[in-house]
Amino acid sequence: MDLRTDYLGLSLDHPVIASASPMTDKEENIRRMEDAGAAAVVMHSLFEEQINQEAAAVDRLLASGEESFGEALSYFPPLDHYRASEDRYLEILATASAAVDIPVIASLNGVSPAGWTGHATAMEQAGASAIELNIYYIAADPGESGREVEDRYLEIIRAVKGAVSIPVAVKTGPFFSAFGHMARQMVAAGADGLVLFNRFYQPNFDLEQMAVTRALELSGAEEIRAGLLWIAVLYQKLGASIAASTGVEGPAEVVKYLMAGADVVMTTSSLLRHGMGYLGNLRDGLGEWMDRHGYESLGPLRGSMSLSRVADPSAFERANYIRMLEEFEPA
Amino acid sequence: MSKPDTAPGRVIIDGNEAAAHVAYRSNEICAIYPITPSSPMGELADQWANEGRPNIWGQIPVITQMQSEGGVAGALHGSLQTGGLTTTFTASQGLLLMIPNMYKIAGELSPVVLHVAARSLAAQGLSIFGDHQDVMAVRGTGFALLCSASPQEAHDLALVAQAATLDSRVPFVHFFDGFRTSHELNQVILLEDEDLRALLPEPLVFAHRQRGLSPERPFIRGTSQNPDVYFQARETVNPFYSDVPGKVQAAMDRLAGRCGRQYHLFDYHGAADADRVIVLMGSGGETAREAVDYLCAQGQRVGMVQVRLYRPFATEAFLESLPESARRIAVLDRCKEPGSLGEPLFMDVSACLAGRRENLRLIGGRYGLSSKEFTPAMVKAVFDHLAGDELRHPFTVGIHDDVSGTSLDVDREFILEPADTYRAVFYGLGADGTVGANKNSIKIIGSDPARFAQGYFVYDSKKSGSQTVSHLRFGPDPIHSAYLVQSANFVACHQFDFIKRTDVLKLAAPGATFLLNSPYDADQVWSRLPGAVRRQIREKSLDLHVIDAYGVAAAAGLGRRINTVMQVGFFALSGVVPIDDALARIKAAIEKSYQRKGAEIVRQNFAAVDAARAALQQVTVPAGDDDGPPMEALVAAGAPDFVTRVTAEMIAGRGDELPVSALPVDGTWPSGTAAWERRDLSAQVPVWEPELCIQCGNCSLVCPHGVIRARFYDESELERAPAGFRSAVLRGRGYPEIRYTLQIHPDHCTGCTLCVDACPARSTEQSGKRAINMADKTPLLDAERDNLAFFESLPEADRGRVDFSTVRGVQHLAPLFQFSGACSGCGETPYLKLVSQLFGDRTVIANATGCSSIYGGNLPTTPWSANSEGRGPAWSNSLFEDNAEFGFGFRLSADTHRQQAEDLLRTLRPELGDDLVNDLINAAQAEESEVRVQRLRVEELRRRLGDLDKPEARRLESVADHLVRRSVWIVGGDGWAYDIGYGGLDHVLSLGRDVNILVLDTEVYSNTGGQVSKATPLAAVAKFAAGGKATPKKDLALQAIAYGNVYVARVAMGANPQQTLLAFREAERFPGPSLILAYSHCIAHGIDMRFGMRQQKMAVTSGHWPLMRYNPVLREEGGNPFMLDSQRPSIRLKDYTEREIRYRLLAATNPTAAESLMRAAQIDIDVRWGLYEEMATRGDASFHFASAASQHGEPPNQGGPHGPSN
Repeated sequence: MDLRTDYLGLSLDHPVIASASPMTDKEENIRRMEDAGAAAVVMHSLFEEQINQEAAAVDRLLASGEESFGEALSYFPPLDHYRASEDRYLEILATASAAVDIPVIASLNGVSPAGWTGHATAMEQAGASAIELNIYYIAADPGESGREVEDRYLEIIRAVKGAVSIPVAVKTGPFFSAFGHMARQMVAAGADGLVLFNRFYQPNFDLEQMAVTRALELSGAEEIRAGLLWIAVLYQKLGASIAASTGVEGPAEVVKYLMAGADVVMTTSSLLRHGMGYLGNLRDGLGEWMDRHGYESLGPLRGSMSLSRVADPSAFERANYIRMLEEFEPA
Repeated sequence: MSKPDTAPGRVIIDGNEAAAHVAYRSNEICAIYPITPSSPMGELADQWANEGRPNIWGQIPVITQMQSEGGVAGALHGSLQTGGLTTTFTASQGLLLMIPNMYKIAGELSPVVLHVAARSLAAQGLSIFGDHQDVMAVRGTGFALLCSASPQEAHDLALVAQAATLDSRVPFVHFFDGFRTSHELNQVILLEDEDLRALLPEPLVFAHRQRGLSPERPFIRGTSQNPDVYFQARETVNPFYSDVPGKVQAAMDRLAGRCGRQYHLFDYHGAADADRVIVLMGSGGETAREAVDYLCAQGQRVGMVQVRLYRPFATEAFLESLPESARRIAVLDRCKEPGSLGEPLFMDVSACLAGRRENLRLIGGRYGLSSKEFTPAMVKAVFDHLAGDELRHPFTVGIHDDVSGTSLDVDREFILEPADTYRAVFYGLGADGTVGANKNSIKIIGSDPARFAQGYFVYDSKKSGSQTVSHLRFGPDPIHSAYLVQSANFVACHQFDFIKRTDVLKLAAPGATFLLNSPYDADQVWSRLPGAVRRQIREKSLDLHVIDAYGVAAAAGLGRRINTVMQVGFFALSGVVPIDDALARIKAAIEKSYQRKGAEIVRQNFAAVDAARAALQQVTVPAGDDDGPPMEALVAAGAPDFVTRVTAEMIAGRGDELPVSALPVDGTWPSGTAAWERRDLSAQVPVWEPELCIQCGNCSLVCPHGVIRARFYDESELERAPAGFRSAVLRGRGYPEIRYTLQIHPDHCTGCTLCVDACPARSTEQSGKRAINMADKTPLLDAERDNLAFFESLPEADRGRVDFSTVRGVQHLAPLFQFSGACSGCGETPYLKLVSQLFGDRTVIANATGCSSIYGGNLPTTPWSANSEGRGPAWSNSLFEDNAEFGFGFRLSADTHRQQAEDLLRTLRPELGDDLVNDLINAAQAEESEVRVQRLRVEELRRRLGDLDKPEARRLESVADHLVRRSVWIVGGDGWAYDIGYGGLDHVLSLGRDVNILVLDTEVYSNTGGQVSKATPLAAVAKFAAGGKATPKKDLALQAIAYGNVYVARVAMGANPQQTLLAFREAERFPGPSLILAYSHCIAHGIDMRFGMRQQKMAVTSGHWPLMRYNPVLREEGGNPFMLDSQRPSIRLKDYTEREIRYRLLAATNPTAAESLMRAAQIDIDVRWGLYEEMATRGDASFHFASAASQHGEPPNQGGPHGPSN
C-alpha cells in the first residue's frame, strides 16, 4: 500500500501527523512518536504571551524580598543556569530535529509583530522543518471590523514568510465571513499550507465558584464537520497544502478528511485517549480501509468527496444543508 | 566570580566576596552554616562549586551545609585530622558554637582559616551588626587572630592567613567588620591563581596531608592526659606561636612582592613625631586614617596604629610601630567585656608597653559596638581628649553615656568629606529595587579605571514596607571612608510618601541636587511638600527635580519596579558619567541581568530607560510659601511615656541620639509597642460589605498582621457611632438586638489581600465581589481612623462566653500578637496570632532565633501585646539552637512554683478555708470558662492572704499566679526544629513535661535567605540545594509519634482552619509535650503571597502536607490515637509544585533532573500516604506498645494541673 504524501513540500511516508500538544514538548516523546509511526510531528506551541508572562512572573517573584532586609538579600540560588522557556523550547526543537528522521514542525502562537518574526527565525535556526503559525485571535473589540481582523492575519503571515525560508503553515479557525476567500488570501500572503481548524479556548462558567473557567476538553468525531466542509470546498482551489485537524478519533476520520481533500491529518485527542502508539493504529487502519475498498495509493482517494468532484458545486452546498434537515426527525 | 571590569583584575565586590574569593580557591572543602553577616561567603562558595569552578589545584571544592555551627566545627575538625584543606565562614554566636572544637584544632596544630564577618554577641539583646565581641571571645582558643580593615584587605589577608597557617601550623581566624566591611562594595584588585600558588607551596599541603590520620601509618591523636603530662604537653606548642608573627610578616612581604600592596603586623600612620596615638583594628582604622591625615595637615602631632595580627601579639613589632615620641595612647576596642580592667586590645597593649616604654599615659575606650557609626569627628574627639588634662579610662565614644559618664564629647560639625568625592544618598523601599540599581550604578561608575567607588546599604529592621538607604561615594582616589555619607551632593527619594515621614534632606549638602519620585508635576509638587522640606530646600538652595517614576515604569510594562527609571534620573542629574555612556552601560547591565529571563523583560526595561530621561522635570522653587503641611506623626496620639520618649525617637531614626539612661538596663522592653506606630504601608486596604458577610471569621483568622477585628455589641452602642460606621445583625439564633462589626486597622494593613482570598461569601450580583474587597486607602483613611476609634471603645467579648471551638467564635478574641514587621502576607504569623488569642493571657513563649524572633522582637516596635486586663504573652528569645531547652526551663519554673503554691495552700488551709483551698488545687482548667473562675479564686486568695501576717502568706503571694494554668509555648522555624535545635527538641519531647512546641515550617531557612534545611522537600531548589534537594523532607511528626506519649499535629490553616484550631486546643490541653507542625507559606517559596492560603490548600490536597493528629489521650482511652484529617490526595504533586518558583527553577535549569526528582517526590508522597492511611486504620491495640503502656500515658507532670492532688 502506498500511503506517501506531500505536505508543505515535505515528503511524508503517510498522512498521519501528531499535532501540537503538551505531549510534543519533550524530545523523548517526539522520538516515541516517530517509533509509533508518526509521519511528522508538530511541536507544542510556543506561546509568546505565556513566555512573556512567565518571564515577568519569574522576575517579580524572584525579586520580591530581595535587597530589602539585611539578613536576606536574596532568597534563591543564582540563576546562572536558568533558561527562559523559549530557550528550552529551541533546545528541544534542535535535539529532537537531530534525533529523528521525520520532519519536526515548530509551532508558534504569538502576540506581537516582533515576536512572530523573532521567534520564527530562531525556530528556523534551531532546525525546524517548517513552522506552523497558530493564529488565535478573538476580535473582542466591537470597534474592529472583519477587514481589520483579516489584515492582521495577513500581515503576520507576510512578516513571518519574509523572515524565514522554511515552509510556513497557518493554523486558523473557521470564523470568517467568507472563509474560502480568507483562505485564498492567506495563501496569497505566503502561506504554504493551511491547518483546518484550531479550536478556541472558549470560556465556561463554574457555577459553584461563580468564576470563569478555561478548561479544554478533548475533541470528538462530531467536531470534524467544519473541517470536512471547508476542506472539501477548498480542495484544489488554494494552491497550497491542506492539513486537517480536530476530531480524529480513529481511522474513519482520517479517511474522511483525506476524501475531503486533506494532504495530511493531524491528531492529539486520540493520542491523549489511547497513547502515542495509536499513531500506528491510525496509519494501519487507513491502510486496511483502503485495502478493503480497493485503493492502492492515496491519489485516487484524496479529494474523492470534495466539492470539485461534484458536477454542480452550488447544489452540493445547498443539498448538504437540505439533506440534513430532511434526515432530522423530531422525537 | 565577578569578572574584572576594565582595569586588569579590578572588580567591585564586597568584603564577603573578597574573602571568599581566596578561601574558595585555596581549600578543598567548605563546611558551612548560614549566619548573618557571613552567609554570603558560603553562598558564593556554593555558587562557584555549582558553576564548576576549580580551586588553584584544579579541584572543585566540596561544599556541605551542616546542621549547626557546632556541626561545622566537628566536620572541620574531622577533615583537618584526615588531611583535608578545609575552611568555613561564620560570625557571632556561630563562632561561639565552634569554640570547643577550636581548642582541639589549635591544640593539635591543625592548619585552617575561619573567615569571620565579626558581629556582636547576643547579650541584653541580639544584634546582627558588626563589632569584635565574637572574635575576642575565641582569643583563648589558640587560634591566631588576623584582622582586615577593608574589602581589599579581606581579600589579601585571607591569603596571608592561609599561607601563614600552612607554614606555622597554627590555625587562624581571619576577620573583618560585619556589614561595614563584609557588605561594603568597593574596588578590589583580585589576586591571580598564580599569586595564590606562590604563597601556598604544595609541599606545605603535602605535609598537612601527611600528618593526617591514616591506617597506612597509624597513630593515636586525642588522648586523655593526666596530671603527670598534660601541663608539659600544653607548653610544647610555644615555639609554634613564637614563629607565627614572623611567618605572617613573611607572607605579607611575599604578597607585596607579587602585588605591591605591603602590609605589616602593625601599620603606623601619622606624624613621625606624634605625641598622641590611637591603636585600633578593623574598618575603624580606615576612618582614623582620614582624621589623622586631616589633623596632621593642621599641624597636630597625632598618629594611629592599625593592628592586623592581634594574636599572637607581636610585642617587638608593636613597639617598633609606635613612634618614640608617643606620650599619650588611646587603645580603641570594638568590644565590651563587663567588669574587666579594660577591653582585650587595651589589655594586650598595656601588657606589651609595661616596663618597655617610659613616660606614657595609656587609656582604653570602646567604640562602634553593633555597627554604631565611627566617624572622623569621633577620632578627633579621642585625640582632643588625649590632649586634655584629665584622661578618662575606660571611655566610650559615639554615644552619650549619662549614666557612667564614660563618653567623650564629639563635634558634630566636624565632617571630612573630600571635595573631589561625589556623595549620593538614596531613600528607597525594599520592594522598589533601589539597592539593586545602586549596586549596578557603582559598578558602572567604578568600571572607569580613573574612578573609584564605594557603596554601603542600610536596611530596615522590618520585613514589610521596609526602607533602604543607599550611601554611594565616587571619586578620583581610593575611598576609605568606612562610615555613612555625612554630606551628600545628591539625594534621591524614591517614594513620595517618605518625605512626609522621614527627614530625607538631613544629609543634603548646600546646593545639592534633590530628585523626588513624585506623582505630581513640577508645577504642582511644591504645594504637596511639608513645610520642613520646603524650608530645607530653600535654606540649602537645593536643585529640585521630580519624576513620575511609577508612571514611567507602568507605561513600560514594569509595574511597580522603578529602579531603572530612578537610576537614569541619577545619572542624568549627577553628571558623574556622561549621560549617553551611562545609558549605554545601564542597558548593557539590563541585558546581562535579564537576558536569561526573556527578551520581553529586557525590552520593557529599555523602554523605561528611554522614557525616563524625558520624564525628568526641574522644579522652580516659588518665592516665600514655606508653610506647608506638617510632617506626619510616626506614633499615634496618646502613646505611653516610654513610647514617646524612646520608641518614637528610634522610629524617627534618632535612636543614635538616645542617652544610656533612656535604655532598659537588662534588655526588658514594654510589650505591644507596634500598636503605637503609624506605618502607612499599603495604598489599598480591605473594605467590609456587611450585607454579604456571613461572619465566618476566616478573614480575621488568616490576617498575618492582625488588622481585621470583629466585635459584637448591643445595638444601642450605635447611637454614638460615627457616620459611616458599618454594622450588621449578629448571625445566630435569637439575638436581633446584637450587632456585629468587622473593623480594619488602616494604618497597619500591608495590603497582602489574604483576607479577600479567604472570604467564602460572594456577591450574587457581581462576579468576583466578596464580603471583603480591597479599595484605595486614601479616600477612606480619615473615616476609617474614626471608625476604629469608636470600634475600640466597644466592649470586648467576655472570653468566658466565646465559643473557642470554632473559627467563627475565635474572631471575637483579641489578638495579642499584632502589627508585626513580618513580610506582607506572611504564612507564619497567623498561627502565632491564634496562640495569642486562645491562650495569650496565661502564656509564656520561648522563641528560637529566626524570622519569628525578628518580626516578634526586633526593635524599635514589637507585636506581642497585652489585653485590656494588662495580661498577655510574655516572650523571650534565648538563642537559635537551645530554644526547646529554654522553654523547658519555663515549664520547670512554672511546675515548681505551682507545686510550692499547692504546698503553701495546704499549709495555710486553716486560715484560708477548706473550700477555697480544695477548689484552687483541684479545679479543672481545661475550658476558658474554668480558667476565668480560677482567676476569680486567685483574686479571692490574694484578698485573704492580705489579711494574714505570716511568712507563708507572703511566699504564697509570690507564686499564687501559678495556680492559673500556665501555657508554655516553644516557637521556632524548621531550621531550629529540624536542624540546629533538633537534639534539644527531641530531648524535651522525651521528658514528658507539659510544653507546646510550635514549628513554623517554611521548609527553608527563611530569615537568612532561603538555605536548605532538613524540612526542605525533595526536588525543591534552595540555597545549598541549587540542583534541587535530592533527599526527602524529614518526617518530624513520625519521629515524635514514636515516643507514644507526645501529642503531634500537622496543620495548614489555609487548608483546614477548623482542624488547625482543634489541634492547637488539643495540644495546649494535653498535659504532656505537644508538637505542632504548621505549614507556613513563605516568600522564599517564590509564590505570589496573595495566594498563600490557596497554596497551603494545594499542599494538602496534593498529599505533600497531610493533615493529621496523634493524640495519646485517645490511646489511653483504648482508641486509635492517629487521625488522618485530610482526604486522599486529589491532585498530583505537580499541580501544587508548578505554582512555586522553588520547584519551577529546577525545571528551567535542569529539566531532566527536575523530572526525575519530581517523580521520586511523587512516589515518596504516595508511599507516605499509604503509611499514614495504614496507621489511621490500624487496630487500636497496635498502638499500645509496652513502654508507653507502662506509663499509662501519664507524663511526669509533677504538680501540674493534672498532677497529684491532696
